[in-house]
Amino acid sequence: MTRRTVRRLVNYLALGLSGVATAVGLFFLFAILWTLLRNGLAGMSFSLFTEMTPPPGSSGGLLNAIYGSVVMTLVGILIGGPIGMLAGTYLAEYGRASRLSAVIRFVNDVLLSAPSIIIGLFVYELLVIRMGHFSAIAGAVALAIIAMPVTVRTTEDMLNLVPQGMKDASTAMGAYPWRTITSVIYPAARSGIVTGLLLAVARISGETAPLLFTALNNQFWSTKLTAPMANLPVVIYQFALSPYPNWQKLAWSGALLITLSILVLSITARVVVSSLQGGRR
Amino acid sequence: MANTADGQSGAGRAPPSPATTAGDPARDTAGGQPRFSLRPEVGLKKPSGRVAAAGAGEASVEVSDGATVPDPVFSCHDVNVFYGAKQALKNVSVDVGRRQVLAMIGPSGCGKSTFLRCLNRMNDTIPGARVTGTIRLDGRDIHDPALDVVQLRARVGMVFQKPNPFPKSIYDNVAYGPRIHGLARSRTQLDDIVCSSLTRAGLWDEVKDRLASPGTGLSGGQQQRLCIARTIAVQPEVILMDEPCSALDPVATAKIEDLIDQLRGSYAIVIVTHSMQQAARVSQRTAYFHLGELVEVGETDRVFTNPRHRLTEDYITGRFG
Repeated sequence: MTRRTVRRLVNYLALGLSGVATAVGLFFLFAILWTLLRNGLAGMSFSLFTEMTPPPGSSGGLLNAIYGSVVMTLVGILIGGPIGMLAGTYLAEYGRASRLSAVIRFVNDVLLSAPSIIIGLFVYELLVIRMGHFSAIAGAVALAIIAMPVTVRTTEDMLNLVPQGMKDASTAMGAYPWRTITSVIYPAARSGIVTGLLLAVARISGETAPLLFTALNNQFWSTKLTAPMANLPVVIYQFALSPYPNWQKLAWSGALLITLSILVLSITARVVVSSLQGGRR
Repeated sequence: MANTADGQSGAGRAPPSPATTAGDPARDTAGGQPRFSLRPEVGLKKPSGRVAAAGAGEASVEVSDGATVPDPVFSCHDVNVFYGAKQALKNVSVDVGRRQVLAMIGPSGCGKSTFLRCLNRMNDTIPGARVTGTIRLDGRDIHDPALDVVQLRARVGMVFQKPNPFPKSIYDNVAYGPRIHGLARSRTQLDDIVCSSLTRAGLWDEVKDRLASPGTGLSGGQQQRLCIARTIAVQPEVILMDEPCSALDPVATAKIEDLIDQLRGSYAIVIVTHSMQQAARVSQRTAYFHLGELVEVGETDRVFTNPRHRLTEDYITGRFG
C-alpha cells in the first residue's frame, strides 16, 4: 500500500467514526423526544392547566406545579440575574485585566459546573434549617445560585463583543465608566444580555435536585413564598416513581411541558443571537 | 509639496549615502551625522546653532527648533510612554498652538498615535501603559491629581480612525456629550447645541429630516462628520484626530479636510495622518516621528520644502515609510 492509500483509509476511518458517534448521540436525543411525545401527548388536556395535582386514583392537572415552577423560576432569575449581570460587567469592563477577575472567572467556571444537588444542600443548610421548614423562597434562592454563573458568563461574553472603538468614543467624550456602560455598552449588547437571561431561565426551569431540598412539594394551591410550593420537576420525580397510572400519566405530560418550554426558550435565544450577529456584520 | 528630489532620487535610488545630497548646505549638516542615529544629543530635539543656522537662509523668522510656539494651548515636555517594558515614546517635547493645525506624520508604529492619546489621557485606559514627563494644558499639568480626567476629556475632544457613532439616533449621538456634562439647561437649548454642532460639522442639511434615525445608518464619511459634530458639541479647546480619513473615500476626505480648515478658526487641532499630502494641505505645523522619537517639528511649508533632518527628508521624498 502506498502512503497515500494509507492516509486516505485513515481519513475515511476517522470520518466514519465521527459520523457513527454523531448518529448515536442524535439517536438517543430523538429517542427521548419521541418517547416523551408519545407518552406525554396522551395526557395533554385542558384540565392539565386548570386543576390541581390529584390524589392517587382520581383525575386532576398540574396547575399548582406549573404556577410554582413559574414563580420560583422568575424569583430565581430576579435574584440571580442582576447579580450575574453586574459581576459579568465587572469582569468585562472594570476589572478586565486584574488578577481578581482571573480568580472570579475561575470560581465562576467551577460554580457553573457544580452538581446542582450540592447547591440544593447548601441552601438547605443556609435557609431551610434556619427557617425550620421547606419554602418556595429557599427554592428560588437555590435556582438563583444556579442561574448566576450562567448569567455572569454570557454577560461578559456579550459585553466583550461590543467594539472597543465605541467604548473609547464614550470615554474620550469624558464619560465616567458607569455612564459609558449604561448609556452605550448595555444598549449595544442588549439582545445578547437578554439571550443570556433566557438561557439561564431555560437552565433553571428543569432543575430538580435543588428544589427537592428546598421547596419540596405541595399537593395544594399555595402562593406563599414562605411555605413549601409545588413545582413541575419535583412533581414529575414523585409521580413518575409512584405506582399509580394517573400520576405516571401526569408526570409524562409535565415532562413534555418542561421540555417544550425549554426548547422554545432555547430557540428564541438562538434566533435573537443570530439576528444580533447578522446585524453587526 | 515635497522637496525637489528629482535630481537626486535617480542617483540616490541605490543605498542612500550622504554623498547624494552633497552640495546642499542645508542637508550637509544632516548628512554628516550617522544615518539612523536617534540619540537626542546629536541635535534632533534642540538643534544646535549649526543646524538652525544652516536652514536660516529660507526660514529666518522661525524659532530656533520649531517645537515651541508663543502662548501654546498644550505644552509637552520630555514625554515618555511605556507599554509594559516597551518604550513607545521617547522624550517628546512639543507645543500645540492655538487656532492652528499640527499634523503628526511618520511611519507606522512611530508613536504619533501614542502621543495623541497622551493629550487626553486615553492611554490611562490601556492596562500596563505608563506616561512620564509633563503635559500642560493652558499651563496646568494634566496629570495633576486634582484635575479630573473627565474634565480634561471635555476640553480635549477626540475623533477616531474608524467612525464610531453610538448605536443611538443622530440626535442622541450629538447630544451625548452635552448630556453627560450637563451643558444644556432645557430641551430647546439642547436642540440648539445639536443643530449648531451638526451645522458646523457640515452635516445639518443632510440629516435635518432624519435626526431620529440611527447614526450607524449613515455613510462612512457622514458618520465621521457625525463624530466630529459629537466632539464639538461640548465646546472643547482642542480636537485630536487620529487618522480621521483613513477609512474614507477621496470625496469624503476632501469634505473632512475642508471642515478641519474651518474648525481651525475656533479650535486647536492635532491630526495624525499617514498621508503627507493631507498633512501639507491641512496643517500649519508638522511634526515628524520616527521610532518613538520626535525627529523634527516646524512650519509645514518649511518641513516639506527644507527638512532639517535626513530621516524627515527620506520619509517625505518617499525613500521609505
